[in-house]
Amino acid sequence: MVSKSVLQEQMSKQEYKYGFVSDIDEELAPKGLNEDIVRLISRKKKEPEWLLEWRLRAYRHWLTMKQPTWANITYGPIDYQDAHYYAAPRKQPKSLDEVDPEIMSLYAKLGIPLAEQELLAGVAVDAVLDSVSVATTFKKKLEDLGIIFSSFSDAVLEHPDLVRKYLGSVVPFNDNFFAGLNSAVFSDGSFAYVPPGVRSPMELSTYFRINAKSTGQFERTLIIADPGAYVSYLEGCTAPMRDENQLHAAVVELIALDDAEIKYSTIQNWYPGDKQGKGGIYNFVTKRGKCLGVNSKISWTQVETGSAITWKYPSCILQGDNSQGEFYSVAVTNNYQQADTGTKMIHIGKNTRSTIISKGISSGHGRNTYRGQVRIFKGTKNARNYSQCDSLLIGSECAAFTFPDIQVQEPTAQMEHEASTSKIGEEQLFYCQTRGITPEDATNMIVNGFCKQVFLKLPMEFAVEAQKLIGVSLNLEGTVG
Amino acid sequence: MLEIKNLHVKIGDKVILKGINLSIKPGEVHAIMGPNGSGKTTLAQVLAGRVTFEVTQGKALFEGKDLLTMKPEDRAREGIFMAFQYPVEIPGVSNAYFLKAALNAIRKYRNQDEIDAMDFMALVQEKMKLLGLDETFMKRGLNEGFSGGEKKKNEIFQMAVLEPKFCVLDETDSGLDIDALRLVSEGINAMRSPARSMLVVTHYQRLLEYVIPDVVHVLVDGKIVKSGDADLARNLEKHGYGWILEEAPKPQPAVR
Repeated sequence: MVSKSVLQEQMSKQEYKYGFVSDIDEELAPKGLNEDIVRLISRKKKEPEWLLEWRLRAYRHWLTMKQPTWANITYGPIDYQDAHYYAAPRKQPKSLDEVDPEIMSLYAKLGIPLAEQELLAGVAVDAVLDSVSVATTFKKKLEDLGIIFSSFSDAVLEHPDLVRKYLGSVVPFNDNFFAGLNSAVFSDGSFAYVPPGVRSPMELSTYFRINAKSTGQFERTLIIADPGAYVSYLEGCTAPMRDENQLHAAVVELIALDDAEIKYSTIQNWYPGDKQGKGGIYNFVTKRGKCLGVNSKISWTQVETGSAITWKYPSCILQGDNSQGEFYSVAVTNNYQQADTGTKMIHIGKNTRSTIISKGISSGHGRNTYRGQVRIFKGTKNARNYSQCDSLLIGSECAAFTFPDIQVQEPTAQMEHEASTSKIGEEQLFYCQTRGITPEDATNMIVNGFCKQVFLKLPMEFAVEAQKLIGVSLNLEGTVG
Repeated sequence: MLEIKNLHVKIGDKVILKGINLSIKPGEVHAIMGPNGSGKTTLAQVLAGRVTFEVTQGKALFEGKDLLTMKPEDRAREGIFMAFQYPVEIPGVSNAYFLKAALNAIRKYRNQDEIDAMDFMALVQEKMKLLGLDETFMKRGLNEGFSGGEKKKNEIFQMAVLEPKFCVLDETDSGLDIDALRLVSEGINAMRSPARSMLVVTHYQRLLEYVIPDVVHVLVDGKIVKSGDADLARNLEKHGYGWILEEAPKPQPAVR
């Protein structure tokens, strides 16, 4: 342990050493990753010492870990020293005129209102914008109910006990390589706490978090639902957040206590790279929820359309008796995108139930892998799982894979697993054409029919956007009635 | 309404249609009969715009417009409808959604407003009665898990809702039991009008007992070898195709 004064001294030296300027636009750490950088991040965020210690332990452990190679994806080596680990807040465009016209045309296709477009594009938002006052109103309403909804950094400062109690309790820093990296250098993210017996009256969404701007590529999110609480959280947005940096390694932890329910919905549309597969985000994310209490429930719904590579397995640890885990997923890969995604359902408590519905769509040269694990331990009486993984192929250059891993050690367990692979055929398209529907609209329609089970799980407005977004991702112009 | 002149079609290296001539006037119902493999379905699909078939020679004009250069969806929007022998399934897309999308695509092409949900439901319910379809039908996935008979009924139901000018019915009677055949035939007959023409492709005569054609053509080996009135179909049923094959097929009359 380094004493506080020594630390402070080091940090003040570092500030000098790395030539930080306080100009917000220019604030950028030098490239590379070492303990000094970890300290610097922590200092910049004015974190308490215990958190710095945690980060450093994570960093030291991470150094002993190797990048995993088991996933069904291929990519070149990542030079972890050739990146900035602190770069915030980013320079913001002053008006929409400065935003990439390609992004603007996409917003238009998605029908996103102007005020929201500005938020999404990260335009410096003035108080005159309606959406901001709306956000403030919501925040007040939530506070009245005792719901805490803030950035992760603010939570560290304002609610350190909660953060300290639960941080790393579901995804410890030694869990995996990318979670370790995140634990050492995470930038910001969301924090939500719902007190006992409170149902959040609205979907908590990053749209409505004032400081939601750019949270950087190492997000850390923590959501806690106390006994009897309910919260639905929406993550991400339907806009392509272009990012010059390649790696995005986030960690999300959910904790549901007795009779609590957390519903977590994601629409991920990071930059997927160009048509030749150049560029794009490596989205290596660890998401896990723990149903700690009896009768608790955690439900993941994800629509993954972006990123060059998606590597994520939103999982549930079903510890409390009678707890329930759900995973509903649509993953789209087009051009040269690769996705290796799925879930883990770990049954520990009695009468635990889990449902997995995975829909993979591959087009172009896309590769789409479902990887899922269901474990039912001995003594876990009457545990049940239902899994369904379906793949849809568009064209003949794409590929779909399924790797289910089922481990059942308990004779009273019930397991069901269904899988299918289908292809959008010339016959289906021709049939639609003979009814006056273009092949593009027909493909869109067939894809949406395929995804229906998952879309039904999304909040209404999100479902509509997800539907449009998938059309855009698959380069299907126009929309159906 | 439809003029086909000296139509030659092949798939791969195989020549299937070898000079078809056909003229169908508004209000007429023509039947195409013929043994298996004679090219009946090919003719139907070529009219609907199937790209797997290659037209090597000849013309097809629909209301004076060149049909063969039109995309399949534009043919549909111009008013051509094809009832498939084997309709496809599209899981998760409800019959209601699909049909509304089709109807609106056609209306848009004709510069008409999109139909609203209330009007659409009213229209659909009227047509559902015609074919004895129940309330749950519209909510089910398009042909998803349908029996053969239900699929065929759905084709005629779609035809009734889309109200095309020209209907191509490909083996609509195959796989139907007698009650379903009667319902489907009634559905087809209800749509006969002086402004609408039909081309009924069938292997058997039984559909033609209900839907009485104005003209019957016999297609053998890619050529129309005989044309006549409804009695021709009855003779074929009685005597088979043999006697026609024995009559040396005369060359097709020259195209004017």
